[in-house]
Amino acid sequence: MQVPILKQGQYLIASVQAALRDADLINLRDSLTEKVGTYRSRGVIVDVTALDVLDSFACRTLSDIATMIRLRGARTVIVGIQPEVAFSMVQLGLKLEGVATALDLEEGLEYMSRRTKRMDHGQHGK
Amino acid sequence: MASTENEVRVSIKSDEDILSARQEGRELGVRLGFGPSELAMIATAISELARNLLLYARNGSLICWAIEREPKKGIVIQATDEGPGIPDVEAVLKDGYSTSGGLGLGLPGVRRMMDEFAIVSHKGRGTTVTTIKWKS
Repeated sequence: MQVPILKQGQYLIASVQAALRDADLINLRDSLTEKVGTYRSRGVIVDVTALDVLDSFACRTLSDIATMIRLRGARTVIVGIQPEVAFSMVQLGLKLEGVATALDLEEGLEYMSRRTKRMDHGQHGK
Repeated sequence: MASTENEVRVSIKSDEDILSARQEGRELGVRLGFGPSELAMIATAISELARNLLLYARNGSLICWAIEREPKKGIVIQATDEGPGIPDVEAVLKDGYSTSGGLGLGLPGVRRMMDEFAIVSHKGRGTTVTTIKWKS
């Protein structure tokens, strides 16, 4: 299943609707990395609220997405990791270290606006 | 392979099959009355074991069934392949061990998530990983 990617102002929002095959995750990674350039986006929000499993492959791909988006000059935040999914991830030893996370889409947008404001600030040397 | 009400059988040949195994196994867990965090662990364990089948043996089968050991009730998750076998079982149970590039957390993580865990592996003849999650 293809993940819809919405453009919301300066940000891209990828809203995962159902369980993903490995190939779908790879597609998501590649299309986000490309679209961040097409739309000159400042940030990417990946909403995983609908997922009941984040296994080692999914976590590694999310981590790759965050790194690739950062290398493209934008920021990534993963939102909506459910409590039981977080519990399983910890059991499995998956920490998603170095990847920004937020409670839900609202918090994710809030995080993005803080992060990108700081980037503007820095760029204008003030 | 066909699944029945108390048993799930999925042959694993592609990433699509990992999803089917995970979904069918989770549904069996729901029928057996497991709670949300146990279901997440069951689905995650299936995902990791099924992916190991693909990565190390190219294919295999993932079977789940209901188990009762009075007074406990639970689910057995078993992954079987006819791949090359695991030369050093102790080593693959250590965190961070991997022969396929970065996915070495699978087995020790699955062992932490589940209540019982056993591996039988024969060089050149394959591997069977059997795990049990008891209902709390």
